[in-house]
Amino acid sequence: MLETLDPILLARVQFAFTVSFHILFPAFTIGLASWLAVVEWRWLKTGNTYYRDVYRMWVKIFAVTFGMGVVSGVVLSYQFGTNWSQFSDKVGNVLGPLLGYEVLTAFFLEASFLGVMLFGWGRVSPKMHFASTLIVAIGTLISAFWILSANSWMQTPQGFRIGEGGILYPTDWIAVIFNPSFPFRLTHMIIAAYLTTAFAVGGVGAFYLFKKRHVRHARIMFGMAMLMAVFVAPLQLVVGDLHGLNTLKHQPAKVAAMEGLWETQRGAPLKLFGLPDAEAEETRYAIEIPKLSSLILTHTLDGEVLGLKAWPKEERPPVAVVFWSFRVMVGIGVLMILTGVMAVVLFWRKRLFDTRWFQLWCMALTPAGFVAVLAGWFVTEVGRQPYIVYGVMRTIEAASPVSATQVGLSLTAFVVTYLLVFGAGVYYIARLVAKGPDEQSDDTYGGHGVQKPPLFASLGDETGGRHA
Amino acid sequence: MLDLSPHIDLALIWYALIGTAIFLYVLLDGFDLGVGILFPFAPSDQCRDRMMGSIAPFWDGNETWLVLGGGGLFAAFPLAYAILMPAFYAPLIVMLLGLILRGVSFEFRFKAAGSSRRLWDHLFHFGSLIATFAQGTVLGAFVQGIEVTGRSFSGGPLDWLSAFSLMTGLALVFGYALLGATWLIMKTDGVTQSWARKSAGYLFGYVAFFMGMVSLIMPLMNADIRQLWFSLPNFLFLQILPLLSIILFAVLWRDLRRGREYRPFFLSQGIFLMNYIGLGISLWPWLVPFEVSFRKAAAAPESQSLLLVGTVFLLPLVLAYTAYCYYVFRGKSSHETTY
Repeated sequence: MLETLDPILLARVQFAFTVSFHILFPAFTIGLASWLAVVEWRWLKTGNTYYRDVYRMWVKIFAVTFGMGVVSGVVLSYQFGTNWSQFSDKVGNVLGPLLGYEVLTAFFLEASFLGVMLFGWGRVSPKMHFASTLIVAIGTLISAFWILSANSWMQTPQGFRIGEGGILYPTDWIAVIFNPSFPFRLTHMIIAAYLTTAFAVGGVGAFYLFKKRHVRHARIMFGMAMLMAVFVAPLQLVVGDLHGLNTLKHQPAKVAAMEGLWETQRGAPLKLFGLPDAEAEETRYAIEIPKLSSLILTHTLDGEVLGLKAWPKEERPPVAVVFWSFRVMVGIGVLMILTGVMAVVLFWRKRLFDTRWFQLWCMALTPAGFVAVLAGWFVTEVGRQPYIVYGVMRTIEAASPVSATQVGLSLTAFVVTYLLVFGAGVYYIARLVAKGPDEQSDDTYGGHGVQKPPLFASLGDETGGRHA
Repeated sequence: MLDLSPHIDLALIWYALIGTAIFLYVLLDGFDLGVGILFPFAPSDQCRDRMMGSIAPFWDGNETWLVLGGGGLFAAFPLAYAILMPAFYAPLIVMLLGLILRGVSFEFRFKAAGSSRRLWDHLFHFGSLIATFAQGTVLGAFVQGIEVTGRSFSGGPLDWLSAFSLMTGLALVFGYALLGATWLIMKTDGVTQSWARKSAGYLFGYVAFFMGMVSLIMPLMNADIRQLWFSLPNFLFLQILPLLSIILFAVLWRDLRRGREYRPFFLSQGIFLMNYIGLGISLWPWLVPFEVSFRKAAAAPESQSLLLVGTVFLLPLVLAYTAYCYYVFRGKSSHETTY
């Protein structure tokens, strides 16, 4: 029954589904790990127990998110082979070591110290516990470094030669790792992760403030989130602009799709909205701002911007997805900047923590970062099509020799499993949020009152060696 | 470009390193998957809490070795990765789904109560079971050989399925369960420990049986393997493996009866090591049996060199902090383990 379907299309849907599902979790944990390190540092520095309570609440949410990120990530490390074996065979020499370094420098670090972070509260000294949190945070950033280097290389490949049988060989590792789009994509993504976390944490803080529960804790969450909105959201605009200019230089077809621009022209207008039609090669019902596209992309009013018609049809990415995803991402970015502006105004009026409508506004934006991250990845990945390695290898040349039936069945299984896991994950996180920080926490920390376990527990002793 | 190939045998080093990574995965994730396999048979919920608590700080790190096995194969032997992954498409997907279900169960179970906790108990068990069975099936199919044309897998979607591969699937379930049971003997006490000891004694027989079966069938299936093991003088040298295995089994049996707590776990690991070495000898030098050798599958020397330089420093570091984490959580696990 599934044989009538295109196995490559199914494989693409499966990869898009599993990778989109996965990225939601790192986008959250990268930010959350760094933030938890800051919160724990504040706790150790000030001795303010509200910081400790906030840490202990969010570390549980971190654990759920991280667990889902790990298991959905293992899937990806195998999927390159199960579904994209031609790609693996051809580019393994170049990308393999990058992924190998990700495992060796980041995954083990995160996984090992996560155990200490989650279960070591009464087992190691406060300093060691803080160090573990910090190590996990650094691990998430190292992981981002390698995987974004690999992804960026697929966007802007360099530092290789093509040998016999179309197999790629590295010629310059520095050029491979620090390929042209990498610095921009890395910065853009890490800031995106920080903003995603800030708005998720800020939304929860706003919820408590609105309900007048855990107010002292909520002020920490909300206040720190607003600091991010004020200072980091505008920064993302600048970084995103630089990233866009870099894309224009290396992947102008992607930018043309983002803009919905068909004709190459000077003084190109910015299309705010419209319906791109790939058949008719035009963007219908476009609402335009004259010359703005040229101004943004070339920083001059009359700069020339290439339109999609500059490429033959088979070289163009799917326009509508790229066009719309880009608008979703930018739209959310604007809302985030606006939130920062409002926060500043309310702060000046000394109403930051008790403005009801602003709390509702922030609660509504709780998932905003996740949507923006997904939309951004849709722009860059769909915009790379029809190539898997831009200009070097087409996506249709990359697939495995597996049948449509196999991929169809596995895709179905992934969808069912992920929906169950995701539903449960969201449910348990919502419950943790509903429960809130535990204010009667009588946990002792490290050596304070907790008996150190003997190196070898004595036989039959029920109290020997406790995990706090 | 960095190229160490004039100085050292890169492909051989990587063959050994990947082999070590996969073996460490089997040892480490083996015991926590085994705990999952034994999970529903435990006498009480309190026992189950302790069982879960004894592996909760470790499972994530343990599973990372599987990522290193996959990622390392991709990096060091991309051709083998590109052939093997599609060849084992169905069992690998099943394994991944099983690992997802059991992995999230750790987090969800700690937070669930009542009937939903029951659900995660079942999924933890079921996920561990099917992931292990799938791994064993992959192993059996691997040993039986893979159809290759050019640089691709050219067999059918069900090539991995055979009576032998189903048997190795079952064998691994019992093997991991033995690792899990001996782990619990070491990490728990009281009711949980005595139950684990009883289970280990029960599993002992199955593991010995399956090990004997695999050792018999493999030479019968493949003439080269038969030749390798049963020709002189190999036969005399290789006798050491079955001999050592028998000694390990005997000591394990005695330890279980005498109530030793720590050694059974390491003896079980020793039994796995004997199996692994035996398998390694039988399959030398194939990375895709019996089509692609590790030399043919090797990545470009520049690629293997780059990763090796890092590995020389990073792998000892990884082992060191892994050991540190096991040290932090040493001693018996209590049922209160949570965070």
